[in-house]
Amino acid sequence: MPIIEASGLSKTYRVYQKKEGLLGALRGLFRREYKEVRAVEDVSFHIESGEIVGFLGPNGAGKTTTLKMLSGLIYPTAGTARVLGHIPWQREDAFRRQFALVMGQKNQLWWDLPASDSFQLHREIYSLQRESFERTLGELIDLFAVKELTRQPVRELSLGERMKMELIAALLHQPKLLLLDEPTIGLDVVAQATIQKCLREYNTVRGVTMLLTSHYMRDVEALCRRVLVITHGKMLYDGPLAGIVEQFGQAKLLKLHFAEDAPDDLGRFGEVTQRKGPVAELRVERSRVSEALAAILDQYTVVDMSVQDPPLDQVIARVFEDNRVESGAV
Amino acid sequence: MSLGSPTMSKYFKILRISLMERLVYRADFFVATLFRFLPLLTTFLLWEAVFAGSAEKEIAGFSRDRMIAYLLMVQVSRMFSSMPGLATGIARDIRDGNLKKYLLQPIDMLWYLLSYRGAHKLAYIATVALPYGLLFFACHSVFESFPLGWTLAAYLISLLLAFVIGFFFEASIGLAGFWLLDVTSLMYILNIVTFFVSGQLFPLDLLGPVPMKVLSYLPFQYLAYFPAMVFLEMTTGEELAWGLTIELAWATAFVVLSRWLYRLGLRHYSAYGG
Repeated sequence: MPIIEASGLSKTYRVYQKKEGLLGALRGLFRREYKEVRAVEDVSFHIESGEIVGFLGPNGAGKTTTLKMLSGLIYPTAGTARVLGHIPWQREDAFRRQFALVMGQKNQLWWDLPASDSFQLHREIYSLQRESFERTLGELIDLFAVKELTRQPVRELSLGERMKMELIAALLHQPKLLLLDEPTIGLDVVAQATIQKCLREYNTVRGVTMLLTSHYMRDVEALCRRVLVITHGKMLYDGPLAGIVEQFGQAKLLKLHFAEDAPDDLGRFGEVTQRKGPVAELRVERSRVSEALAAILDQYTVVDMSVQDPPLDQVIARVFEDNRVESGAV
Repeated sequence: MSLGSPTMSKYFKILRISLMERLVYRADFFVATLFRFLPLLTTFLLWEAVFAGSAEKEIAGFSRDRMIAYLLMVQVSRMFSSMPGLATGIARDIRDGNLKKYLLQPIDMLWYLLSYRGAHKLAYIATVALPYGLLFFACHSVFESFPLGWTLAAYLISLLLAFVIGFFFEASIGLAGFWLLDVTSLMYILNIVTFFVSGQLFPLDLLGPVPMKVLSYLPFQYLAYFPAMVFLEMTTGEELAWGLTIELAWATAFVVLSRWLYRLGLRHYSAYGG
């Protein structure tokens, strides 16, 4: 049975359009105009037990709205979802005991108390048996390597340490599903890597299913084999991470090392992204790669060369941008 | 209507942890406590002046001593019934999305906040016990007697119900935050109204029999006036029984109202916001 089954999920918000100025504000007291915003449109997917799935999309694409529907915070306007066998927005206790939502920008821990007090509170909230709670907590403290830090008030921890504590708190009741919204936001590269490592290990050991959104491609590359790409509320892609480059990376990257200075008429083959001394980098349409290569090798002396896929984050940035332009025109 | 299903130990634990949090800020605690004596002092001085300038020995049945005793006891009532920041806190949680934690975890917001508030009250009462004890000792001559037996029991019940009314009344206002962007001004007006009609500034007897009759059916006087009058044994017998009945009715009404607003509000929140 899939852990998450979403079919045709849609969410339309009504947003109050405030008129400019005082007069507009006064008018707003009597008659309000609303604009319909389609945050999520007809999104369907399945996630199986033990998967780690990345949820990608630019700001405002509908990722968080989808997570909110899956965690039962909001009702969809249309469509259905079953998460762990429950309809999430019915918010049954049995459902709430089996998953956790961690938002990188929100605090769940008590600011002025040591994290260990918040952990105790979680034990009470989820009515966990003392022994199994202590065991789980011990394991998590080892996994995240925070033994020295649990007695310090949370406000005195660094951002990365705090995030680890947030994750521990979220995992104490051993959820089967972990929804992560920007878990590494604002963290430095080292802290990001630690969080990634911990999540991966936890997934391997416990087989917990994870769905995470992130703006850092590093997170996604480190953790997810499968990604969902959503822009403007619509699902654009669902498949393996590498497939994104195949599907959306319409160009290849040609790296050329000439015997002499790189010629300045390379522009006729594609977009020159770099040209410095004998080295040049070219973006060439996939269909024209062999033709361009043949011409270059024919006309110049090339010492070294390589053909590469453009980096994933560049491809994704393009996908996001192209879609922005498209819908901007509508 | 369901009142949620509180496991007592769960909410007791919350109470304990809240208490620990409260004690983190010791200095803030003592300063706040000290400043709460200032308004009391000004009210004393005001009534001293009134009695000094009046030819009467009694005003609406209150001698000078009685008046001081009344003002002291009203402070005790408010210690139980006032809920500073509760309504605005709930409204802020709704607006900022902190409400989420009550929806994601198997926990009920109102029971949670009740435990939290209970902890704050306990911590507060424990800290003010000493200064208030000294104040009461200094003023002990104004008290004619200390109520015992049934009167004391009735007094404690009236205080407990004052806490319940205070909590669920403010919680209901806070829950209006599901529909209103800001409840601060609403709360401000209600606080001023409550200050007068709860009997915090003067005994309601001063208003005359008709307003008193009207106020006895409204919830406000049970936040301050009523428990004080029970303690001073000025409300007794049938009047006392009747008062407790109305107080209980209001307490129940506000519990039910807040549960209903919470349920309705969540439906609204889940449909429009989040």
